[in-house]
Amino acid sequence: MPTNSPPQVPAAPEEDTAERRDAADRRDPDARRDAGQKVTGTARYAAEHTPPGCLHAVPVPATVARGEVTAVHADELLRRPGVQAVLSHTNAPRLGEAEDPTLALLQTARVPHRGWYVALVVADTLENARAAADDLRIEYATEEHDPGPPAGHPGLYAPEEANGGHPGLRERGDFDAAFATSAVRVDATYTMTAQHNHPMEPHAATAWWEDDALTVYDSSQGATKVRDVLAQLFQMPRHRVTVVSAYVGGGFGSKGTPRPQAVLASMAALHLGRPVKLALPRRELAAVVGHRAPTVQRVRIGADSDGVISALAHEVVTQTSTVKEFVEQAAVPARTMYTSPHSRTSHHVVALDVPTPSWMRAPGEASGMYALEAAMDELAVATGVDPVELRLRNEPDTEPDSGRPFSSRGLPECLRQGARLFGWEGRDPRPGVRRAGDRLTGTGVAASTYPYLLSPSSASAHAAPDGTHLVRLAATDIGTGARTVLARIAAEALDVPPASVRVELGSSALPRAPLAGGSSGTSSWGWAVHKACTALAGMVRAHSGPLPPEGLTARADTAEEAGRESPYARHAFGAQFAEVDVDTVTGEVRVRRLLGVFATGRVLSRRTARSQFIGGMTMGLGMALTESSTLDPAFGDFAERDLASYHVPVCADVPALEAHWIDEEDPHLNAMGSKGIGEIGIVGTAAAIANAVHHAVGVRLRDLPLTPDRLLPHLRA
Amino acid sequence: MDDAGATSGSRTFREGGTEERHPDPTSFVSLRINGNTHELRLDNRTTLLDTLREHLDLTGAKKGCDHGQCGACTVLVGGRRINSCLVLAVTCDEPVTTIEGLADHDRLHPLQEAFVARDALQCGYCTPGQICSAVAMLDEAAAGHPSHVTPPGRPGAGDPELLTPEEIRERMSGNICRCGAYANIVDAIQEAAR
Repeated sequence: MPTNSPPQVPAAPEEDTAERRDAADRRDPDARRDAGQKVTGTARYAAEHTPPGCLHAVPVPATVARGEVTAVHADELLRRPGVQAVLSHTNAPRLGEAEDPTLALLQTARVPHRGWYVALVVADTLENARAAADDLRIEYATEEHDPGPPAGHPGLYAPEEANGGHPGLRERGDFDAAFATSAVRVDATYTMTAQHNHPMEPHAATAWWEDDALTVYDSSQGATKVRDVLAQLFQMPRHRVTVVSAYVGGGFGSKGTPRPQAVLASMAALHLGRPVKLALPRRELAAVVGHRAPTVQRVRIGADSDGVISALAHEVVTQTSTVKEFVEQAAVPARTMYTSPHSRTSHHVVALDVPTPSWMRAPGEASGMYALEAAMDELAVATGVDPVELRLRNEPDTEPDSGRPFSSRGLPECLRQGARLFGWEGRDPRPGVRRAGDRLTGTGVAASTYPYLLSPSSASAHAAPDGTHLVRLAATDIGTGARTVLARIAAEALDVPPASVRVELGSSALPRAPLAGGSSGTSSWGWAVHKACTALAGMVRAHSGPLPPEGLTARADTAEEAGRESPYARHAFGAQFAEVDVDTVTGEVRVRRLLGVFATGRVLSRRTARSQFIGGMTMGLGMALTESSTLDPAFGDFAERDLASYHVPVCADVPALEAHWIDEEDPHLNAMGSKGIGEIGIVGTAAAIANAVHHAVGVRLRDLPLTPDRLLPHLRA
Repeated sequence: MDDAGATSGSRTFREGGTEERHPDPTSFVSLRINGNTHELRLDNRTTLLDTLREHLDLTGAKKGCDHGQCGACTVLVGGRRINSCLVLAVTCDEPVTTIEGLADHDRLHPLQEAFVARDALQCGYCTPGQICSAVAMLDEAAAGHPSHVTPPGRPGAGDPELLTPEEIRERMSGNICRCGAYANIVDAIQEAAR
């Protein structure tokens, strides 16, 4: 692509305080705690612990879309040198009942979808295991399969609940009547393909049994959860299972629930009495570690001529598998965002013979806010109201769905500050008129939101006589900076320098803690750490003379605090602004600038927070432009299964990118005053970019991702 | 691969003659890695990446895709960046530098320092590959190699002034970071390049 697009909007003023703050953050001397290990290659991930005698396992995915395994020709392979075992439903250890049916592996001959694991080959070397897995002959009785699509499918039903425990359907007032009589009406349907988490570290585990105790190094977002599930599956007491997730190469939700690698490695190690290591091949991940389900979203907005909304419907159609029900809660953000006296938000889902969807970064919000915020842009165009002003006009006094007051709602300030920093003022709203050579340029805005979530956690805090402190809990640092931020929280509660605090995390042997998910890790773990450290500080104060040789230890549990019902609606908010160039010859969209401003309570670690925001925005860029997944109806499985065909953004895709935040005091959250930041960065990005594309080319494209083939028919070079 | 010379290369030879029905699937391989020589008997199918990770306990090079699509396994062979998952160890006859060999004892390589200073990483799994890739990329740029975005007629990017963020982004696009640290990675490389 040619470079140096002409500036369409003035740059943010140099003196701006947020910009100065940005520069200060970049000089923050308190680096990420595990950065040293990560830049030297000494941080060890799940497949990088090799106990003596460790064997290698390679899984075998089903090649049919639906049916039963009728024969596994293991005998042919067992004669080969190095092959130790071929596990299948015929000989694998029997598991206890799986709460999550995707973990009932090698228990029956049933194949619910292509890619489902039907066997596991274990050998002395990776090469022997891989070759044997490739050669394993499996026979199937195939059955007719139903790959969808979900739109218009006779099997669609209205689920009681969508993901997160949200009611599937909510209605207020009389949407149909209010919409019918509205002065301005938007009725638009948006689609997006499935999206895949693809953390850089594939799901991996190393497992061994010793004296009836199981140890698993697992790539997971929560060691406690994996430990509990393995104990249940292998029908043993929890204290005899240890799960270590010390370094985790990303997860984005796909490691938030226990995944096949931990179960398969543990089974093989049990079967053979030797340690077993297993990393799921990249090309198999799309089928077995969850994904963001494809959605069809119809949004209808009825407003007066000034853009004030009276009727809002957000209706979502999506799919799940026959293995378990997962419903992407894409209509849920519409219950929080805007004034809407008459509203309907609903989900419909159909169970197909396809892989099982699950969490991917901001499930519900990322998908739902694409549709809602694109529809808001359509309303702005229809009413002639500036998109920033339109959102400000629809600020609700209380959360529309619950009627609860917001504990804090920073959306207006994010919009105003973002508009200022981005140089939004004076924007020419006319679409399709900024042309330079072959390129059309446009700008767009969208809002972001993510709920404040909290889980009970425990932690211990220890003061040693040498003046150092140790905080321990089974938290997980999947790249969020948990080690860094928990040390800061502890230091603040103890009133000591952060350097004196060591944080030990990443093992289920440590005090029980929830998973890194739902943007709730820092708040959940941090509150327990804060509480333990506050207690410890009291003990130290009450102690006269030098500390005893064994030091002092305080323990805390936040079950009570986390269980309290809040009278407030608690959400993080944000505003994202994008500038894009569209090449009218190639149909390629290039993001020139991306700027986000977020309101997430108190930001506890500026450096790692910024990285989380820009990381989320980068993933949102992929959602908007590059991440396309096709469900092949012939196989009921995804066609783009590797990183050469499923295009996550690369460095050249990501432009100058700015993340800012406002200082938000919210006394209704937790001891630190923090909301979550891990997911909100991806929410709204795709809409801001899609809205900018409309502004650039003058055509509204409602299907993500906006790949060149979708744009080209609408462009004239 | 022509500049390693006979002294620092490796030798591979087949053991056990040329029996036709059951050819020996292993070879003795001598690899020079981070200044140390390793003599190994390896399955001929073993990639350089699996040799490092499974046989030498050098787990800094990461396996992200095993197909040359993500760059997490990037190491330097004969000073050039390569995807070590696409190289069979038996073919590797030039000295190898991995992330473990970049620091000078306790003193980090300037790129390692810059990645820490700019928080150019999150989960850390792509980081060793990013850093190895950046080391070679700066050498390529200094040697005047042009990239896809180098304007025609320019003498490559040998002049540090010409190593713009856009040049860095283009040249680093073989290394995927799913956490989305690219903005900081570009800052870090610019800082180290100065």
